[in-house]
Amino acid sequence: MAYGNKVIDHFENPRNVGSFDKLASDVGTGVVGAPECGDVMKLQIQVDENGVIKDAKFKTFGCGSAIASSSLATEWVKGRTLDDALKIRNSDIAHELSLPPVKIHCSVLAEDAIRAAINDLKEKQTVKV
Amino acid sequence: MQLDNHRPIYFDNHATTPLDPRALEAMMPYLKEEFGNAASRSHRFGWTAEEAVENARNQIARLIGAPVRKNDRGKEYTQEIIFTSGATESDNIAILGAAEFYKDKGNHIITVKTEHKAVLDPCKYLASKDYDVSYLRVGTDGLISLDELRKTITDKTILVTIMWANNEIGVLQPIREIGAICRERGVIFHTDAAQAAGKVKIDVETDNIDVLSLSGHKMYGPKGVGALYVRRKNPRVRLSPIIHGGGHERGYRSGTLNVPAIVGFGAAAEIAMNELEEESTRLKELRDYFWSEISTRLEYVELNGSLEHRLPNNLNASFAYVEGEALMMKMKDLAVSSGSACTSASLEPSYVLKELGVREELAHSSIRFGFGRFNTREEVEYAVGVVINAVEALRQMSPLYDMAKEGIDLSTVNWAGGH
Ligand SMILES: Cc1ncc(COP(=O)(O)O)c(C=O)c1O
Repeated sequence: MAYGNKVIDHFENPRNVGSFDKLASDVGTGVVGAPECGDVMKLQIQVDENGVIKDAKFKTFGCGSAIASSSLATEWVKGRTLDDALKIRNSDIAHELSLPPVKIHCSVLAEDAIRAAINDLKEKQTVKV
Repeated sequence: MQLDNHRPIYFDNHATTPLDPRALEAMMPYLKEEFGNAASRSHRFGWTAEEAVENARNQIARLIGAPVRKNDRGKEYTQEIIFTSGATESDNIAILGAAEFYKDKGNHIITVKTEHKAVLDPCKYLASKDYDVSYLRVGTDGLISLDELRKTITDKTILVTIMWANNEIGVLQPIREIGAICRERGVIFHTDAAQAAGKVKIDVETDNIDVLSLSGHKMYGPKGVGALYVRRKNPRVRLSPIIHGGGHERGYRSGTLNVPAIVGFGAAAEIAMNELEEESTRLKELRDYFWSEISTRLEYVELNGSLEHRLPNNLNASFAYVEGEALMMKMKDLAVSSGSACTSASLEPSYVLKELGVREELAHSSIRFGFGRFNTREEVEYAVGVVINAVEALRQMSPLYDMAKEGIDLSTVNWAGGH
């Protein structure tokens, strides 16, 4: 697949690769995709006491654009409130990375991963309250 | 290792091979002053072209053990080789041509699920036209069962088409035994030998082959040229043409011959025959060295298909927990290919690996290495390092690798759903 420069850049210099402790109360974890489909993304967010995402990490099994989409997603969620982060659309990711049409599902997965991480955190916090 | 002009090292010799400079040299006069039409009988231009074509025919016949005879003027000739545009066309003539010619004898064709599309698609076409097609299964080693073949042949069977060497996994089918079964049952046996020619010894007599497809560009000849061997004796095989026109190639395949390409193909066949043993030994050593390094220095690597019954230059392995397309991007100094869906137009992972029973996530993680004549030991040693570094780097960012390391069985995980 001949990708644009932004995919190549995120692929070669992925931002925020790593993991947080998924049991920590300020961490939300989203794991989406399935191995037999060829992509699994794990995206984690860490929030401060004001509910602002102060850090994010990812690990991805998938093609170049799946890795680039999750890398970009971690960059974009940082500094946002949860509600703001929910406004990130897969089409924005696809547009930013100039994904070819056959790779749009990678950006969909990245949006799903953000939502899953936020839901996980929200669930944890309601349980706590 | 210093890469030449930042060009990746070419390890995709099943997709195509570079033209051997000796074949190019043989072609040059026919691209320039010797431009005649091999069918022109009235002047020297035509005679020269025709002679070059007949010489190439003999060179190809010799590579596969087809008869080369002498006429009463002592000139060598062969009648069993037809030139085509490539193995795709050869396969089409063999399958559609036999189906048409023998339609009064029967309507049943047998092939294998792991064949190349150039065989599967003509079979599928026939299945839509009142023919019955049986698809033999393969084991995890990629090999068919001779017993299943025996049981599948009926008195309506007119053709068995089974490839010699698989283009993805390099697995070699038991051609001689298949041929013997077909001979015994009076069924025509066609084999697509595009990947096998020049790598394993082919003898259409002892291997019991009736019809055989070859491709120039898979054996260091030019692209856009291929050949079809059609047996003329014991038994005589007849095929209906699929291209109708001026009656070239004894009516099997009309159209002005591509003389320079045919000459290059012939030269490539002669080189392949002369160097087959030495080259296969060398390639097998490189392949075995590569595999032993990769499989001992990396964990979670699985070979796809039989190692024993395999082309000397092929390796197809799955690197668990990393996806094939990403792996190829990481190994950008190497030109290889993958069975991952992300690299196919259909977005389906390799159907060949699927038939072997390779789990889908491992099909996504597969890489095919095809070593070739122009690869050096130094290049292969360099490639070992590239592969190991790339796999390790991607595993560091793979959530599946972490889970495996934690001892989680991935098949028991309830995945949130993919696409
Ligand atoms: C086994 C096999 N058959 C047929 C073909 C098609 O050959 P060609 O490109 O000469 O049409 C190929 C090459 O892709 C092949 O590997």
